Amino acid sequence: MLGRRHHREGALIMAQNDTGATTVAAPAPSTDNTDLVVVRNLKKYFPIRRGVFQRVVGQVQAVDNVSFAVRRGETLGLVGESGCGKSTAGKAILQLDRPTSGEVWLDGEDLVKLKGEKLRLMRRKMQIIFQDPFASLNPRMNVGQIVGEPLEVHGVAKGKDKEERVKELLKVVGLNPQFMTRFPHEFSGGQRQRIGIARALALNPSFIVCDEPIAALDVSIQAQVVNLLKDLQRQFGLTYLFIAHDLSMVRHISDRVAVMYLGRIVEIADWRAIYDDPKHPYTQSLLSAIPIPDPVIEAKRQRIILEGDVPSAANPPPGCRFSTRCPVRQERCYSDDPQLREIVPGHWAACHFA
Amino acid sequence: MQQQPLLEVKNLKTRFKITGAYVHAVNGISYSLSEGDSLGVVGESGCGKSVGVMSVMRLIPQPPGEIYEGEVLYGGRDLLKLSLEEMRHIRGKEIAMIFQDPMTSLNPVMRIGRQITEALELHMGMDKKQGRARAAELLTMVGIPRAADRLDDYPHQFSGGMRQRVMIAIALSCMPQVLIADEPTTALDVTIQAQIVDLVKKLRDELGMTVVWITHDLGVVARLVKNVVVMYAGFIIERSPVGDLYTHPSHPYTLGLLGSLPRLDTHERERLVSIQGAPPDLVDLPQGCPFRPRCVFAIDRCREENPLLMPVGPAHEAACWVDVTTGRAR
Repeated sequence: MLGRRHHREGALIMAQNDTGATTVAAPAPSTDNTDLVVVRNLKKYFPIRRGVFQRVVGQVQAVDNVSFAVRRGETLGLVGESGCGKSTAGKAILQLDRPTSGEVWLDGEDLVKLKGEKLRLMRRKMQIIFQDPFASLNPRMNVGQIVGEPLEVHGVAKGKDKEERVKELLKVVGLNPQFMTRFPHEFSGGQRQRIGIARALALNPSFIVCDEPIAALDVSIQAQVVNLLKDLQRQFGLTYLFIAHDLSMVRHISDRVAVMYLGRIVEIADWRAIYDDPKHPYTQSLLSAIPIPDPVIEAKRQRIILEGDVPSAANPPPGCRFSTRCPVRQERCYSDDPQLREIVPGHWAACHFA
Repeated sequence: MQQQPLLEVKNLKTRFKITGAYVHAVNGISYSLSEGDSLGVVGESGCGKSVGVMSVMRLIPQPPGEIYEGEVLYGGRDLLKLSLEEMRHIRGKEIAMIFQDPMTSLNPVMRIGRQITEALELHMGMDKKQGRARAAELLTMVGIPRAADRLDDYPHQFSGGMRQRVMIAIALSCMPQVLIADEPTTALDVTIQAQIVDLVKKLRDELGMTVVWITHDLGVVARLVKNVVVMYAGFIIERSPVGDLYTHPSHPYTLGLLGSLPRLDTHERERLVSIQGAPPDLVDLPQGCPFRPRCVFAIDRCREENPLLMPVGPAHEAACWVDVTTGRAR
């Protein structure tokens, strides 16, 4: 059981935000056991300090009141442009960066409240694959040590057992088990990312946050890694939170997609609904900006070119956060902050005019 | 009548000597551009697409780099034979370049206005006042609001997209004939990338500039250029008008690249066709075709002989012994 929550299919969670106003925060988690991870009102603020006494003069609202659920066995794509808070959200969910407030439920436990040994035990169930396979592997450790480390840290296997398990993991990700004694610099980017995946799999996690796992790879290698991630999901019943800025890759891999803008989720729905019938003007312009590798289609496409840049998360605009760039904004958008609401069943958007 | 090419690159070869071995970065590439042409150079990291244009601009650090063969003809003169002083008058004035990373290509401690007027004073003989007026004009042209007020700002006061606009303004300041863009949108978000691509397209059409656009993204060039060359391991392996490349990709590598891209416009999601393996080591290129170790079409001949570009359609050439539509030798 996930604990003290009202369970009603399609119901809304009413939550209090900072200003005391009641807001509709998110789709409610389902009554049965379909949700593996439930995130509620997650906030991650970074203080801005100034002066001799390092007084806090402001807050960067990197993730501001984000709620969603990841269903068992699905891939939830989390997309947005740089600085929208998608990676921060991923790290806050895994408690790699402790959230400012909010709840993250995994297997009946609120991770935000856990610490010490209890949190450490939960970490076995959740892992992360990082963006940069060049920076995320220790150059002084060989592949066997890198992949075997989590086994040792968590006391799962050592010695001969560990070695066997590492060999098995390397085989699973398509690497030669004999590579165990080699060092990261001897591998290409795609192979290093496979090493990172093997390490993430070592403890048999159920939930993996993939934080831009292919952004640093060449096009032909990206496809290899994405295919591998899909195969592993099927083989081990993994649940992914797939964070990326590449919307075409997210479309390819996700069951559902959440779109973030300036620390908020502005739209969340089934992948088909997001791409065929986007409701939020930000999602619409984001999709129209992606180039399609076909000159005939490109010549005919209408683009919604957004004005200007993303505002600072330290000083987000009042009202709708997208109002400074929105092509369909009206007077009320400057003062009235739209909440996520269910436009059609299963399709949520935060826009007054969606 | 055949138009005289503006820029002609002939059999250009560049290598780097690193710890006693030669890295063969560019292995004999040729292309020519007429006035108003636009060329996309597509390839993955390490394929030589950047080194190729850096060689044209003579921006290769020597040593360890060395342009050891070939010609770069611009208006009938071989740029590779010019003195450094003569080359300085070409760079920026005749052929300008914009780079991938707008964060590192601008001088962080110099005001934006000064960075633009520098070239105007050097190449166009303008004085300070004319320079500033022109700089404001250029910034307005690339879409920077309140341009005159922003001349005294420093680069860190601009966002990534705005910095790339400043870079473009600098590149355009002397009205160059040729603009070389080396992955100018790779560091930017998609919505900002769309802004920059449309800006360059508009400026190209208005100013009649010749554009060379280097990218790893087959999507970006589909919108922007007339012709495309695809590079692999320092070779041009396919050359085609932009439309034909996507409808009739004729080299297995191009075919693989297009297959690796998930598309927004299809209804079903099929498994991506990935290319197995990784690009070859440029120190020790395989004998025969450089793509052979990863190629699903490879035949015996590919092992022995590296294919040259051969015609496969109107203005369309591919360097492959195999006809990918039938899977049989040509």
